[in-house]
Amino acid sequence: MKTKFKASTIFVILGFITAALTLFPMYIMVVNSFKSRAQIFTDTMGLPESLDFSFYLTAIDKMNFLSAMSNSLFVTITSIGLIIIFSSMASWALVRSNSKLADFVLYTFVVTMLVPFQSVMIPLMQYMSGWEIKAINFTMIDSFYGLIFMYIGFGSSLSIFLYHGFIKSFPRSLEEAAMIDGCNKFQVFWGIVFPNLKPITVTVAILNVIWIWNDYLLPSLVLRSPGLRTIPLSTFYFFGEFTIQWNLAMAGLVLAIIPIIIFYLFSQKYIIKGVMAGAVK
Amino acid sequence: MDKKLKSKITTALFVIPSLFIFINVVIIPFVMGLVYSFTDWDGFAFKGSTFVGFENYVTAFSDGKFYEAFKITTFYTFVMIILVNIVGLSLALLVTSKIKHKNFFRGVYFLPNLIGGLILGFIWKFVFTKFFEEFGVVTHTQKIFFNWLDGPTSAFWALVIVGVWQMAGYVMVIYIASIESISEDVMEAASIDGANNLTKFKKITLPLIAPAFTISLFVTLSTSFKQYDTNLSLTNGGPFGSTELVTMNIFSTAFSYNKYAQAQAKSIIFFLVIMVITVIQIYTTKKREVDM
Repeated sequence: MKTKFKASTIFVILGFITAALTLFPMYIMVVNSFKSRAQIFTDTMGLPESLDFSFYLTAIDKMNFLSAMSNSLFVTITSIGLIIIFSSMASWALVRSNSKLADFVLYTFVVTMLVPFQSVMIPLMQYMSGWEIKAINFTMIDSFYGLIFMYIGFGSSLSIFLYHGFIKSFPRSLEEAAMIDGCNKFQVFWGIVFPNLKPITVTVAILNVIWIWNDYLLPSLVLRSPGLRTIPLSTFYFFGEFTIQWNLAMAGLVLAIIPIIIFYLFSQKYIIKGVMAGAVK
Repeated sequence: MDKKLKSKITTALFVIPSLFIFINVVIIPFVMGLVYSFTDWDGFAFKGSTFVGFENYVTAFSDGKFYEAFKITTFYTFVMIILVNIVGLSLALLVTSKIKHKNFFRGVYFLPNLIGGLILGFIWKFVFTKFFEEFGVVTHTQKIFFNWLDGPTSAFWALVIVGVWQMAGYVMVIYIASIESISEDVMEAASIDGANNLTKFKKITLPLIAPAFTISLFVTLSTSFKQYDTNLSLTNGGPFGSTELVTMNIFSTAFSYNKYAQAQAKSIIFFLVIMVITVIQIYTTKKREVDM
């Protein structure tokens, strides 16, 4: 009994040491965002001499943080909403149609998960720049709807794969009963099927939030106007400009990760569960 | 008959939104890219480009920088697979043992995974350049703690550390799911038979989490091979191009040197390599699972 107690104490201590190591870079980032230039030069490790928020104010202003934040929110939420609607509908139809063509379509979606973004990015940008109607200001490049369109395209493979696996194990009888009662397919899907997909919808949403919110490469290619920059983009430009002023740069980084940390604190349980479900599939 | 047709039309209506977007964003550009890689396309209109056969591929293979990038990326992936899985599995074993605060630990270990690679790289850039230097001076360990981003070898390992720090938590989650699905009865039966913890781990836990190995190896392999964000923000390929991974090489070939067709050929090679190793890897680990 005594040795068992000892072992678990060692594990807890080990756990805390690892946790401290994991959080250490973030500690360094936060404390240095308050320090004066002189203090950073001599002491990066210690606590700041005073809680000086001036670097945050400058960073908010220079990064255009509020605009970047609302851009990121808009792009992420809209993309994920549409990915969920389109992917769940497509998956349900593919599962229920039982044809060779449906299998082929599903197979195409799944296999292309192997294609790296780098293999399509160059022709994609050229192809999309052709989708332009100058008269009504319609342009896929340098617009949010263009970016969202591309997120749906890249996001649908994994989402359809996850939905398809979930719906396959789902009984048909309820849907058939509703059909006999005279519901059409749209009513059956939105009234009966979709509400029952909730667990996998949470997984799909979370996996896509982590991807789209943090994505840098695609928006860096699609968005050109500074006013459209998302958080990763504005962080990139800001950091490039202020690497000599470390305190300002660190304040910018803290700002950039605050939204996702808040999201994590509120939905940690769902996130870890969702990632688990998504990875094991 | 009429009803059947109607049902087919509604099925199509359900699939078309996803399929239309997917075809235009992934399939068409992929096919275009395949075609472009055999021409002298200049990045603008395709009209006027001529067919050059395998020339871009030959140039890519004889490009020393591309070859170097591939070598570094392969080595990086190899190191990452080993380290991420060792650390991830250890963390998973730790937080599934009967200890206090395990939910807190899980939460903390997973946290770096939520922050994008770009921002992580920037955070660590400060740690490696400022904190390491100061720590080395203060503790007189300048042999270990210096600005790691200054030297080619240390910059490579800096990239590895940040990668492990980010991915171990994700792999941990995969292992946790698998470890928690092992039934208590099996473990108890083994204890009654006199098995100690090490034997239980070797004879029960390891074989039963084999599927999690397959998934984790696959995830680590493809993520590390496609690494770009951290590479960009932490080292930007430096010093002197020594840490330039394949994705960065493709990117700069296209957008810095404007050799679009050649970059496209490189990206097709990149795709083929990913495909081949993924297939081999899934095939061999699946086979081992059955043997166990």
